[in-house]
Amino acid sequence: MLKVDAINVFYGSVQVLRDVTFDLNPGEILCLLGRNGAGKTTILKSVIGQMKPRTGRISLEDIDLTALPPHEVPKQGIGYVPQGRRLFAELSVEENLQMGLLARRRGGDVRARVLDLFPVLRERLGQRAGTLSGGEQQMLATARALCLEPRILLLDEPTEGLMPIMIAKILEIVGTLREMGVATILVEQRVESALHVADRIAFIENGRVAEVMTPDRLRDDPRLLHQYVGVGVKG
Amino acid sequence: MEGTVTAFVLALTALGLSLVFGVMRIVNVAHGEFFMLGAVLAWGFTALIPELPFWGFMLALLAAPVCVAAIAVIADALVLRRLNYEPEATIVATIGLLYILQQSVLTLYGPNAQPVVAPISFRVVLPWFGYSGYKLVVIGAAALLLIGVWYAITRTKFGLVMRATQFDRETAQAFGVPVKLVYAAVFALGAALAAIAGVLVVPLQQAHYLMGLDPLLLSFIVVIIGGLDSLKGTVVAAFIIGLSDGIISMFFSPTLAKIIATLAVALVLVWRPQGLFGARAR
Ligand SMILES: Nc1ncnc2c1ncn2[C@@H]1O[C@H](COP(=O)(O)OP(=O)(O)OP(=O)(O)O)[C@@H](O)[C@H]1O
Ligand SMILES: [Mg+2]
Repeated sequence: MLKVDAINVFYGSVQVLRDVTFDLNPGEILCLLGRNGAGKTTILKSVIGQMKPRTGRISLEDIDLTALPPHEVPKQGIGYVPQGRRLFAELSVEENLQMGLLARRRGGDVRARVLDLFPVLRERLGQRAGTLSGGEQQMLATARALCLEPRILLLDEPTEGLMPIMIAKILEIVGTLREMGVATILVEQRVESALHVADRIAFIENGRVAEVMTPDRLRDDPRLLHQYVGVGVKG
Repeated sequence: MEGTVTAFVLALTALGLSLVFGVMRIVNVAHGEFFMLGAVLAWGFTALIPELPFWGFMLALLAAPVCVAAIAVIADALVLRRLNYEPEATIVATIGLLYILQQSVLTLYGPNAQPVVAPISFRVVLPWFGYSGYKLVVIGAAALLLIGVWYAITRTKFGLVMRATQFDRETAQAFGVPVKLVYAAVFALGAALAAIAGVLVVPLQQAHYLMGLDPLLLSFIVVIIGGLDSLKGTVVAAFIIGLSDGIISMFFSPTLAKIIATLAVALVLVWRPQGLFGARAR
C-alpha cells in the first residue's frame, strides 16, 4: 500500500537517509528499531511530507506523496503522532481534536468514535492540552491523529517516558487499530514493545534499512539486537 | 475623549502588528505604512465622489482595507515568502517596504496633507462638554471590529488554524494546514486592520505620506507592553498608552507623553520581558 522507494534525505548538506526502501501492507504494524540518531524520525517526517527527499519516491497506492505539497499529504489518510507528542499545548483538548478533524476525508461521527477509545479525554475536553499528564497527552496526540481517519498511522516513540500501565494501554490501542484495518509504522526504542505488537521489524542503522525481519526471527537470534540496537532482550 | 479615540484606533493598529508577529514571527516595520495607505486611499476614494461624502467614506471604509490587504498579499508573496520568513531578513525587508510605500505615495499623491470630510457631523453636547459625534462613530466602529477579530480568533475554524500555526507550524502542517496560505491571510488581515484604523482616523487628522510613523512606534510600544502574542494584552495596553498619551499630551506636552511611554517600555522589558499579559517564554 505505502511504498518508500530509495529515498535520500538531507538536512542541508548532511545526508541523513540513504536509499531507504520498504513497504507497508494494509493493516500491518511495521516497527522501526535503531539507535539514537539512526534516522527513524526522519523517515516518518519524509512520509508525512515535512522533509522532501532529494531523490527517491514515496507513494501511497498510485498517489506520489513526494510530489504533493506537505499539507496535502495528511489528507491522503496519513495520521502522524510526532516524537515528544507536539500537542498544541496552549489549545484545549477539544481544539487539538478539531485540528485532527481538519484534514479528514469524510464526515461522520469520527470524533465520538475516537473519544470512545480514549474515555479519559472526554472528561477533559475543555482543559488546556499542556496541563494533561504525560499518559493523557500521549492519548490526545494519538486521538488527534486518529481524528483524520487515517489509513496509515505514524507513531514516533509513543511509549517514551510513560509508566508501564500506560505503555500497555497505548500498545493495546495499536493492536485494536490493526483490527480496524489501520496500518501502522511504529518507531520504538523498547524492544519488548516491538516484539509484542509488530508484524515486521525493520532495523535502521546510519540512515539505512539494515534488515527487515519478523519478531519470531528476532526472538530466535537475540544477537541481532545487540548488533543493531546495542541492547539485549529482557524477558 | 481624545484619548479614548486614540486608544481605540491604536488598539486596531497594534492588533494587526501583534497578529503578524504572533503567527508569523516577523516584525513588520512597514505596518505604519499600511495605516498611512488606508488614510491616503480614503482621501482618494472620497475624492472620487465629492458630491456624496457619506457614500464616498463608506466606499473608502470597504475598499481601502481591501486594496491594502492586496498590497500586503503581494508583498508577502514577492518578499517575505522568498526570505522564508527569517526574522532578521524580514526586518530589513520590511524597512525597504516602508520606504517603497512611502515614496510611491509621495510620488503619486504629493507631499501635502489632504483633509477628508467626516461622513457625518453632529455635535454631542453633554452637560460639561461637547464633542464631535464622529469621534463616537470611530469608537463604535473600532470596538465592533475588535470584538469581531476577537470572535474570529477564539471561535472560528480559521482562528483555530491560526492559533495552531502560531504555536507549532510544522505540526499544524502535518495536520493539513496550508501554512503559506495562513501566513498570507494573517499578513493581509494585519494590514487591513491598520488600513481601517487609517480610514477611521483621517477625518480627524488629514492624510499625509509620513503619517505612518507615529502609529508604528505606538503599536510597538503597545505590543511590547501588552505581551508579544496576547490579544487581551494588546487591547489593554492600547488603552493604557492611548489614554495616557492623550491626557499627558493635553495637560503637559506630547513629548513628555512619548518619553513616559518609552520609559514604560523599558520598565516592562526589565521587569516582565514577556509583557504584562504575555505567556512566559516557552
Ligand atoms: N533539524 C535537523 N538539522 C540537522 N540535522 C538533524 C536535524 N534533525 C535530525 N538531524 C540529524 O539527523 C540524524 C537522524 O535524526 P533522527 O531524528 O531521524 O534520528 P532518530 O532515529 O529518530 O533518533 P532518536 O532515537 O534520538 O529519536 C541525526 O544524526 C540527527 O543529528
Ligand atoms: Mg526520533
